Amino acid sequence: MSKAENEITWKDIEIGSIVTEAGNASQYRTGDWRSQRPEYNFSRCIKCALCQIYCPEGCIKQNADGYFETDLYYCKGCGICARECPTMVITMKEEE
Amino acid sequence: MAQRVGMEVSVAIGEMVKMADADVIAAYPITPQTHIVEHLAELVANGELDAEYIPVESEHSAMSACLGASAAGARTFTATAGQGLELMHEVLYVASSMRLPVVMAVVNRALSAPLSVWGDHSDAMACRDTGWIQIFTENGQEVVDNILCAFRIAEDNKVLLPIMVHLDGFHVSHVIEPIILPDQKEINPFLPVNNYPLPLNPSQPVAMGDFGPPFIYTETKWAQEMNLRKSLDTIVGVWQNFGDRFGRYYKPVEHYRSDDAEVLLLTMGSFSETAMTAIDKMRNEGRNVGLLKLRLWRPFPFNEIRKAVAKAKALIVLDRALSFGGLNGPVCSEIKAALYNQPDKPKIVSFVGGLGGRDITITDFENIVAWGIEITEKGSKNEFEIYGVRE
Repeated sequence: MSKAENEITWKDIEIGSIVTEAGNASQYRTGDWRSQRPEYNFSRCIKCALCQIYCPEGCIKQNADGYFETDLYYCKGCGICARECPTMVITMKEEE
Repeated sequence: MAQRVGMEVSVAIGEMVKMADADVIAAYPITPQTHIVEHLAELVANGELDAEYIPVESEHSAMSACLGASAAGARTFTATAGQGLELMHEVLYVASSMRLPVVMAVVNRALSAPLSVWGDHSDAMACRDTGWIQIFTENGQEVVDNILCAFRIAEDNKVLLPIMVHLDGFHVSHVIEPIILPDQKEINPFLPVNNYPLPLNPSQPVAMGDFGPPFIYTETKWAQEMNLRKSLDTIVGVWQNFGDRFGRYYKPVEHYRSDDAEVLLLTMGSFSETAMTAIDKMRNEGRNVGLLKLRLWRPFPFNEIRKAVAKAKALIVLDRALSFGGLNGPVCSEIKAALYNQPDKPKIVSFVGGLGGRDITITDFENIVAWGIEITEKGSKNEFEIYGVRE
């Protein structure tokens, strides 16, 4: 389904809600579950990629400068990256 | 040519499933459904029916296996009764929500406790809101005809919904009746090959039974509801086409000597046969009574019921199930709700009886009609009357 999730009407639903299009879970904004967001102090980052490996959502990507950053569209704010980071780059801050 | 032969109704159901050329049967034996699946197991074992027979470890597994088979595009059949239907319960919703055209014979049996293998409609009523199409039958011929029609309705790409064909335990399932089984060459043009539009297929992958977050769940449920409502047109159309080909016609609400009747009795299932005899007797005594037989329980034929009772002064409904703590029996509650906003409606009296295999005889029906008429005149302190209970 190419429509945005809030535009899908009941008439657009496939028979039995069958999903015919691969990968459409990428439209699902799991980021709105979040109550805390990761914040970065890249001056301490050694680019070890442990945060990316441990992220259960798979939503941490390397940016152009080689640092690792979360995609907040998907990040659920679990804080595993902050806990696993060996140099304490990441701190979890309450969402407002 | 089709022949009229004496046959146990359960065996006849197996024969019809064979002629419908089912691909997969997954079932767990339970009284009084046992003879149906025993016969099908024999037909598969001796090579008369080229199908997979899956002997599962429970009814929950039976229905789950049916979902998988149906999702792969197989013509799928199962049968159960009573507690077995209840053990399937959560999977029943999945079958209808995923729009899988499974056909199931439900041999109606009272629910425990106390343990009863005998018939009433408490099992069926507990499945009222599962989203299945539900057809009630009153004799062996009606069962086999409706098993055949059920495959055609369920698999119609405008419908794609599972169907329960209900028959009363023992009163129908275990009796030997004269039954006309059509010829195979008459069946083939009536029942095309199952053509499920989006079957499981590795070269064209789809995901079935995904999760539905709040942003989409309401839309999926409304799509399901609209589809079930709309299936009424196809059901009526298939019954008409069946009648034109085979000479036996079925309708959502059937009438017996009811056109000019001031007092209408309404029944479902095999007791309608006894009720017809009782109506004949009362008519011969000059009483203006008639019978309505509710064949289609879901989708509920609201307009047909409203039309059928429009001219009557009294409507007496016999339920064969209790709705514990509820207003009436489940069928009567539905009918009262259907008529509430109608400007002209009969007085409605609710009876519950025939529980757990207890007979309702011709005399009982005469008593029910007389008692019902008395209540329409004098009223009653009860929401409904329980018939035949010893005080």
